[in-house]
Amino acid sequence: MKVGLVCPYAWDVPGGVRSHVHDLALTLTERGYQVSVLAPAEDPSNLPPWVHDGGRPIAVPYNGSVARLSFGVKAAARVRGWIRSGDFDVVHIHEPLSPSLSLLACWSAQGPLVATWHSALDRSRVLSAGYSIAQTAAEKIRGHIAVSEDARRTLVAHVGGDAVLIPNGVRVEDYRDVPLSPLVDTRGPRVVFLGRIDEPRKGLDVLLGAWGSVREAHPDARLYVVGPGELESRQESVVSALGESIIFLGRLDDAAKASVLASATVYCAPHAGGESFGIVLVEAMAAGAPVVASDLPAFSRVLDGGACGRLFATGDSEQLALALRAVIGDLELQSRLRTAGLLRAKAFDWQTVVADVTAVYDSVSIPGERVVEDLRGQVVGRLPGRSLYARRPWGRR
Amino acid sequence: MSGQTWALVIGVVVALALLVFYASSTAGRLDRLHRRIDTAVLALDAQALRRSAAAQELALSGLLDPASALLVAQAAHDAREAGDDRTMIDVQRTQLESDVTRALQAALTAEDVEEIRADPAGAVLLEELQAACIRAQLARRFLNDGVRACRQLRSQRLVRWMRLAGRTPWPQTSDWDDEVPTGLAVLSAQGSP
Repeated sequence: MKVGLVCPYAWDVPGGVRSHVHDLALTLTERGYQVSVLAPAEDPSNLPPWVHDGGRPIAVPYNGSVARLSFGVKAAARVRGWIRSGDFDVVHIHEPLSPSLSLLACWSAQGPLVATWHSALDRSRVLSAGYSIAQTAAEKIRGHIAVSEDARRTLVAHVGGDAVLIPNGVRVEDYRDVPLSPLVDTRGPRVVFLGRIDEPRKGLDVLLGAWGSVREAHPDARLYVVGPGELESRQESVVSALGESIIFLGRLDDAAKASVLASATVYCAPHAGGESFGIVLVEAMAAGAPVVASDLPAFSRVLDGGACGRLFATGDSEQLALALRAVIGDLELQSRLRTAGLLRAKAFDWQTVVADVTAVYDSVSIPGERVVEDLRGQVVGRLPGRSLYARRPWGRR
Repeated sequence: MSGQTWALVIGVVVALALLVFYASSTAGRLDRLHRRIDTAVLALDAQALRRSAAAQELALSGLLDPASALLVAQAAHDAREAGDDRTMIDVQRTQLESDVTRALQAALTAEDVEEIRADPAGAVLLEELQAACIRAQLARRFLNDGVRACRQLRSQRLVRWMRLAGRTPWPQTSDWDDEVPTGLAVLSAQGSP
């Protein structure tokens, strides 16, 4: 089966949607599917053979940050060319409303189209995309997938339509048997935090608020902070008061991040909001780290209501301190959480997830059908020549 | 002609042009939705047939007890027969598909599934049946989603007044019990390219 995947964001810039498409393509290929990815690329010479160059991206403000997108007449021509030459059984468009290759693919392709909705957009943003554009794009897609309940709600409430919930995947094998990190001192208890230091929603402040109390109970405990960003002045005083027990590792690549997680006594996710899925929790569980996380709905769902990790009231440093102390001080609890976490992570393994995705592929098409170029909207597509209203085999007589 | 008349003429021409553009693009949208429903019905039909075929094969494998086997085989046979000349929005067909679901539900409890799975051939049959059940469920969902979108557009006032849907019948959803037997739900959905 030939599958075309459309990624709206630059292939050479790290990001959630991009790594989703990357992992999906890898896992599909492992299962014997022929995969071609269409994505914008800064440097086309660096692309793997299965990624088709969608043109140079342009940095524009989109969805609250700066995104690298491809659009314009040239990009549209590239999309059409890719669809014509690809001869795909299914084209799977990611983030269909993003004003990039994805939206262009919605317009210029017809046939078995599948779309995955990643982010939760608020109503004004959907409407600003142009209601009719959104509607038309959504109407052409035969099967909608949402990665989270929030993303699904966006589609159902603002665009209209139903979506199958298929969560994000983690390539669990990439986290299995990872060596311990040389950056981490494994003599005392290790608490690991991942995320931007200066992004309040990642919740480092909540964790710093709890750290003093954790240190009182466990003087040899260390806190490892992985992530980019500068300390803000109010944080600096806390950090200097706690001395060398807090270690900043800066930004790490995926492999180094995995081994820091594998070396952790506890992975702490004190996020204050804005998380729609909680993939990082799954990564931590896959690496074998016991998890302590705020009780955001997404986190609670990933941790199976607290059965696979410890939850605390979001933003409450005192409760967090209690939870951390409980886990650090109880080896049996640690090993129980570790076992439960490893098992839970399997539910989010790409191998499991991809089986659901291929079920969607199978159920949107009839044998022999291909994705073809849609000429409607072009002048030639408006010419008469076929009966528009043939008799239907369905419907009331 | 005076300036006012000109303004009126231009206004009327612009309004007509807008109306024609709206009608043409909406007719295009409707046509696309109608086609989507056509293929969705066919796709659902294919998946439902696959499901009954898998159920029948399991029933004839000798791995079920005779009573369950007969129940499932009979239901699957009837559903396949009806598939020859009835689509998945025909009530008589969907009734039979619901019967297949119920027969499977009764025959495949968690214990039954465990026993069948112990046999390597049985495991393969169960996997195929489960894959077909999931695909039929998805196909039905996607069909009904298309029908909903189409109905929504067709119930707009302008669409009705201008009869943009032509003589195409009012789209029908496919309503039947497509639940995956609880005993099968524990297996992970397998697929092959």
